Amino acid sequence: MIDIKNIEKTFIVGTHIVKAVNNVSYHVNKGDVVVVIGPSGSGKSTFLRCINQLETIDAGQILIDKTDITARRVNINKIRAEVGMVFQSFNLFPHKSVLENITLSQVKVRKRSKKEAEEKARYLLDKVGISEKANVYPSQLSGGQQQRVAIARALAMDPKIMLFDEPTSALDPEMVGEVLDVMKTLAKEGMTMVVVSHEMGFAREVGDHVIMMDEGRIIETGTPEHFFTNPVEERTKLFLSQIL
Amino acid sequence: MLKIFKKNAFWYLALIAVIYLMGWGLKITAERMDYTWHWNRVPHYFLFTGLVDHYSSDEGVAHVDKIDDQKSKVTLEYKNGKKDVFTILSKTLLVKDGSPVTEVDKIGSEKVVSQGILVTGLITTLEISMYSAVLGMLIGILAGMGRISTNPLFKGLSTIYVEIIRGTPLLVQIFIFYFFFGTILELTRFTAGMLALAFFTGAYVAEIIRAGIQSIDPGQMEAARSLGMNYVQSMIHIIMPQALKRTLPPMAGQFISLIKDSSLVSVIAITDLTKAGREIITTSFYVFEIWTVVALMYLVLTFSLSMVVRYIERRFSVSD
Repeated sequence: MIDIKNIEKTFIVGTHIVKAVNNVSYHVNKGDVVVVIGPSGSGKSTFLRCINQLETIDAGQILIDKTDITARRVNINKIRAEVGMVFQSFNLFPHKSVLENITLSQVKVRKRSKKEAEEKARYLLDKVGISEKANVYPSQLSGGQQQRVAIARALAMDPKIMLFDEPTSALDPEMVGEVLDVMKTLAKEGMTMVVVSHEMGFAREVGDHVIMMDEGRIIETGTPEHFFTNPVEERTKLFLSQIL
Repeated sequence: MLKIFKKNAFWYLALIAVIYLMGWGLKITAERMDYTWHWNRVPHYFLFTGLVDHYSSDEGVAHVDKIDDQKSKVTLEYKNGKKDVFTILSKTLLVKDGSPVTEVDKIGSEKVVSQGILVTGLITTLEISMYSAVLGMLIGILAGMGRISTNPLFKGLSTIYVEIIRGTPLLVQIFIFYFFFGTILELTRFTAGMLALAFFTGAYVAEIIRAGIQSIDPGQMEAARSLGMNYVQSMIHIIMPQALKRTLPPMAGQFISLIKDSSLVSVIAITDLTKAGREIITTSFYVFEIWTVVALMYLVLTFSLSMVVRYIERRFSVSD
C-alpha cells in the first residue's frame, strides 16, 4: 500500500543542517496499523508528513498504491484526497461550523452535492459520537470533541490511508479515551493507519507494527508484543522505560 | 450607568466645563477679530434657492396662463415655428398675454431649488472614496498575496509597488497620476484622482492583508491541503475569510484615512467636499463657518463608517 524508499528530509535551522528524516525505508501493507514512537525531535512527525507531501522530500521515493507521489508531474491534491490526516492541534476551521468543516472539502474536492455531503457528514458525526454538535462552531467544543470532528472531517473524503500525528498529545487526560476509541473502531474496520503516538495501550490493542525512530532513522521495528517483551536496542529500552 | 456617573461626577462636570471653556474661548477670539458670524447663510450651500431670469430667443408672441397664485406658465410662439415654455413667478412677469416679444426680451424670473455646492462636494467625496476603496481593496488583496508568495516575480513586483507608494507623499502621487498617467492615457481628473487614491490605499491594504494572512496558524493551510484542496481553494475558503476578519479593525482605519485623504484630490480641481468649501470661502469669506461645517461633514462620514465596521465585527464574532 505505502512503499517508502530511502527518503531524506533536511531542514536548515539557523546555521545548522538537520537531517530530520535520514534514509528511511518502510513498507505498509493494506489494512495495517503502524504505530511510530520515538523521543521528540526524532523525526517521526516529519516522516509522517512526508507521506502526504506536507513536507517535500529531498531524496528517495514514496509510492502509494504503486503511484510515485514524489514524481514531478503527479497531481498531489489528488493523492492527498486519498490520504486523510489528523493533527495534534486538530486544525479545525474556526470560522466554519462543525458540519461545514466536514462538508467543505467533499463539495470542493470530491464534487459531491451539498445534500450528499451533509448526509455523509451527519453519518460520520454519529459514528464519532457527536451528532448533536453539527451546527456549533469548533470553539464551543472540548478538545476531545474537536479531535473527533477532525477525524470525521478526514474520513469524509473516503481516504484509503489515515495518518495521525500525535492525535491525543494536546488533550486533557480524561479525553484521550474517547479519541482512542474512535481510532480503535477505525483500525478494526480495516483502515490502513500510520499513527505517531506514545499510547502504547493503543499500540498493543490494535497495532500491527511499531516503528522506533531516533535522530531521523528507524532504529527498531517489530510487533507491539516485541516492544513490550524484549526490545533489542538500548535506546528503545530507555525510551520505553520513560513512557511506560 | 447612574452609579458610574455618581462615582466620577466631578470629572464629568470638569469635562463639560473644559469643553464649554474652549467654545467660549473661540467665541471671544472671534469677537476680538470683529468676525461676523453668518450661520444663517450656511443652509444656502446645502440647498440652493434662487431666481433665474428667462429671455425670449426670437421674435414672436407670448401666451400667459396662470398656474396658481404665484406662478404662471408662459409660452412663447416664435415666427419661425419654434416654442419656448417657462414657469415664471407671477410678480416678476414682464409680459402680458398676447403681447409681442422681440429677441432677448426679459420675460420674468423662475424660482429654482437645486443642490448646494456642499452637497455636490459631499457626493463627489463619497463617490471617489467608494470607488477607490473597492479598487484599493482588490489591488491590496492581490499585492498582499504577492508579498507572501514564493514566486520571485510576484513577490518582487508587489514589494516594489508597496515600497514606492509608502515611501512617497500622496500629494505627489496625485500629481503624477494626473499630469503623467492622466495625459498619456487621457484620463479625466476624477479617474486620475480616484486611481491615485486606489493605488495609495492598495499598498497599505496589501501590508494589512499580508500581516493578516501570516497571523493565521500554518496548521490551517496544512489541514486544508491535507484534505486535497489546492492552494487557491485553501486561500479562498480557509485562509482569507479568517485573515479578513482579523484585519477588519486596521482595515477600517485605513478606509477612514482614505475618506480624509481624498480631500487632497482638490488640488487637481476635483470639486470634492474640501474644494467646495474653498470655493464658497473665496466668494463669501465665511471662513470659520464653512471649515467647521466641512470638518463636521467629514466627521459624519468617518463616524458612520466606523459604526458600520463595528456592526460587521459583531456579526463576525459568532464563531469565536
